[in-house]
Amino acid sequence: MIQQTISRPFHGGIHPPEHKHLSNQAPLRTAPLPEEVVLSLVQHAGRIAEPIVQVGDRVQTGQLLAGCQSGTGACIHASISGEVIAIEPRPMAHPSGLTAPSIVIRSDGQDSRWPWPTLPDWQQASDQQLLAQLEHAGLVGLGGATFPTWIKLEGARKHGIRTLIINAAECEPYITADDLLMRSRPEALLEGIALLERLLQPEQLLLGIEDNKPEALQAIAQAIAGHALESRLKACVLPTRYPSGGEKQLIQLLTGQEVPSGKLPIDLGILCQNVGTLVALRDAVVLGQPLIERVVTLTGQAVRNPGNWLVRLGTPISQLLQLAEADPEQAERLIVGGPMMGFNLDSDQYHVTKGMNCLLLTTAEELPLPGPEQPCIRCGRCEDACPVRLLPQQLYFYAAGGAFDKAEQQQLADCIECGACAWVCPSEIPLVQYYRHAKDQLIRKRADARKADLAKLRFEARKARLEREEQEKETKRRARAEAAAKMAAAKRAASETAENPTPAPATAAATTTATPAPAAENTASAPPTAAAASGSLDDKQLKQLKIARAAAAVAVKKAEKTLANLHTTPDATPEQIQEQQQRVEAAQQQLARAEQRLQDAEQADAATSQEPDR
Amino acid sequence: MSQPIHGPHAHSNQRMPLMMLQVLLALTPATLYGFWLYGWPAFNLWLICLLSALGWEALFLKFFSKNVPRHLLDGSALVTGWLLALCLPPWAPWWLAVVGTFLAVAMIKQIFGGLGQNVFNPAMAARVMLLIAFPVEMTQWIAPEAVQLDRPDFVAGLGQTFGSLSLLDAYTGATLLDEVKNQQSLGAALPDILQAQQYNMAATLLGQHAGSTGESTALLLLLGGLFLLFRGVITWQAPVGLLLGLGVPALLMNLWQPESYPGLAFHLFTGGAMLAAWFIVTDPVTGPTTATGRLVFGLGCGLLAWLVRTWGSYPEGIAFAVMLMNSATPVLDRYFKPRIYGRTSSGAPLPATGKTSGDAS
Repeated sequence: MIQQTISRPFHGGIHPPEHKHLSNQAPLRTAPLPEEVVLSLVQHAGRIAEPIVQVGDRVQTGQLLAGCQSGTGACIHASISGEVIAIEPRPMAHPSGLTAPSIVIRSDGQDSRWPWPTLPDWQQASDQQLLAQLEHAGLVGLGGATFPTWIKLEGARKHGIRTLIINAAECEPYITADDLLMRSRPEALLEGIALLERLLQPEQLLLGIEDNKPEALQAIAQAIAGHALESRLKACVLPTRYPSGGEKQLIQLLTGQEVPSGKLPIDLGILCQNVGTLVALRDAVVLGQPLIERVVTLTGQAVRNPGNWLVRLGTPISQLLQLAEADPEQAERLIVGGPMMGFNLDSDQYHVTKGMNCLLLTTAEELPLPGPEQPCIRCGRCEDACPVRLLPQQLYFYAAGGAFDKAEQQQLADCIECGACAWVCPSEIPLVQYYRHAKDQLIRKRADARKADLAKLRFEARKARLEREEQEKETKRRARAEAAAKMAAAKRAASETAENPTPAPATAAATTTATPAPAAENTASAPPTAAAASGSLDDKQLKQLKIARAAAAVAVKKAEKTLANLHTTPDATPEQIQEQQQRVEAAQQQLARAEQRLQDAEQADAATSQEPDR
Repeated sequence: MSQPIHGPHAHSNQRMPLMMLQVLLALTPATLYGFWLYGWPAFNLWLICLLSALGWEALFLKFFSKNVPRHLLDGSALVTGWLLALCLPPWAPWWLAVVGTFLAVAMIKQIFGGLGQNVFNPAMAARVMLLIAFPVEMTQWIAPEAVQLDRPDFVAGLGQTFGSLSLLDAYTGATLLDEVKNQQSLGAALPDILQAQQYNMAATLLGQHAGSTGESTALLLLLGGLFLLFRGVITWQAPVGLLLGLGVPALLMNLWQPESYPGLAFHLFTGGAMLAAWFIVTDPVTGPTTATGRLVFGLGCGLLAWLVRTWGSYPEGIAFAVMLMNSATPVLDRYFKPRIYGRTSSGAPLPATGKTSGDAS
């Protein structure tokens, strides 16, 4: 294996106390099977999975429970064998504190396996076989982002990549899940890398690892001796500096490239995968085991037996805390993830999800509560710490002052919420909270603007319709009045010349004048000549055509805006964009038609109004 | 405060009171040396500055309905009072200190919105206002060698500070910058003036020339500054900028016409240059926030100070220079922005190569 020490820095970053020794001393252990698991149907970024089992069904370990038919999502599998006892909303381990639809399984203690096909000699298998094995394995990015791996893979195969980056940086303090996984299963990791290499054919393989994990690097170096990857894989040792494991920062460290704003690494021909994901990918292919377990670090000074455990998804957190011998007297905060980007849980009544890499139980002395927020003294430390080189204090002024538009202009959206700015802030301003609030407000504002546009469109359409109906009524009324007048005239004429027995032509005239009028009022289908021909109704006709044109113009603008939004939305599919383009074209045609009609009507109007002058 | 739901949960141990404490610590050696140079009156003045700064701060915090204990103990008023004490003539009367801290703490800081909101450096702005309002009291300097020959005792010191005694006549002296400015305007040649003042580098470093407490001991101020730099309380850009901005023109002009323009060491080690470099232009509130901005800010302060010293009508220009650059801070903040990750310096997304032309690393 080629080893290289990276000295090129990314801007800023911080070096908080690592606290990794707490949990990286004990070997990787396997947690006992839980009695009951609660599997949330939203353990990934994307749509809620749709359950395909019912309450009362007996399921086996690895059996598909819920799938995603379309869009971004990942399958959910039974992590133990037993009986489905409930499918209902349960509290989910998420900062929102909301509930999520979940499948609850009571264990039968057997852990009998669902017969997935295995591919121990995957080198001989076709790409199609491998992909079929992965498509429904429920893999997501296990570093914490939980983006469905299958979708990332599909994109990478379509786009083609040059560089595969294996993210082993694990830069958050306390967490050692990847570290222990690399130490205990280096062969599985290498096999996972080889699998992805086979599927994606990258030019180079880079492994990024912080220099505080020499044992893991040593384990990989030993395992790779004689392996096919030995001359291919380059291990890049990074100085320990948070957030070197952030995707964008890692790419900058390893390749010197920056992911352009609004683009994805794949646009640079780069794919990043976390080591945990690679091992899970290997297990899915070789063992035929979908994602049903993961490594969780249980650590913090309030647990007496810290370490890393291989845990079935859906295991109750309370059970894990027992394993780690949590001390409820000492414990003050329970954090999912690390102290920088993790979130707080209010109790242990939650369950392990795919993205849960660490449970941190801290004492009051270990992570003191923040002091009162002091005024910003513009010291600029946040700017020195920001890995994105934003101006955190400017963003803070705008966010705190409610000037969210200005924060957006200062590229608030580029903030990765790593928390380095808040960590260094001598005034203890909760900067990330301000940014999240501002981002939220901006999203809300955009949604409101979209709603307002729609409402305007609806209002205008309704106005046009009401006017049209009013006119139709008016025309009918006039036609009836005319007909009645003519009738009356004919009757009078008939009574006056009682001996003259020919009233027929008068009634015929009345009907002929009455019938063409309503047709002429119908703007949608009326030929412009008819509109022009209808004499006394010209003004209303023109107005109506103008309204129709304005409505069509609004529709075009609206459609174009939606299209532009789609272009900037990262998860818009090409089909959606194409569909929207067609909509834009249709709206444009509609507008052209409306304009043509209006023009014709205006010309005809001008012609008729000039007539009397001549 | 309640627990945050979302991270970060951890915080570095560098908090504001600790920062301020380290600044005070860095000022201590120079201040103690100043007490030794100028005796009890200098100590009295320092103490009055601290107490009155705290008093004004508390009063105005109360006046603006802010949390008095919390803000009073953030240390900023102490730093301001201390810095002002170092900027005044060491034997100045008590009321000059009280008026000075009122200007610094109340007028310059609290009325602008309190900590973090002031446009001008409080100590410098107060010094400039005092200099204009009380030109006599603000230029009564004491010759340190006279103090060392005959130290006034504690009671006499109190008398000097509170105005019941006037010892000034026996001790008065002029600062080097004063002397150079005055004699040059009378047509004397620079080397002769310096010789008459027994100027040498060691003497200026050790503070053997008249001046304010903070002007006298360039060496100890430099040590204090380096301590702050090492502790990460300040960054190098502004101090280096000031020293370059002041030193480079001094060096060049001195090489060109040594008989008219004092040299590098003269400018860097006399007057308020060292105090300003390490303790004034490093004030975060009134300087730019970006690294490049801070460098430009320091350069501007140095250059302006040199211009005032050389061609202005005041012998010392540091305070004026700092105030001018303070008012330029918003402009510097606007024009010296770092290039955001994944974007060009104009803010547009990078091209699809992900390479930046300016930063090829």
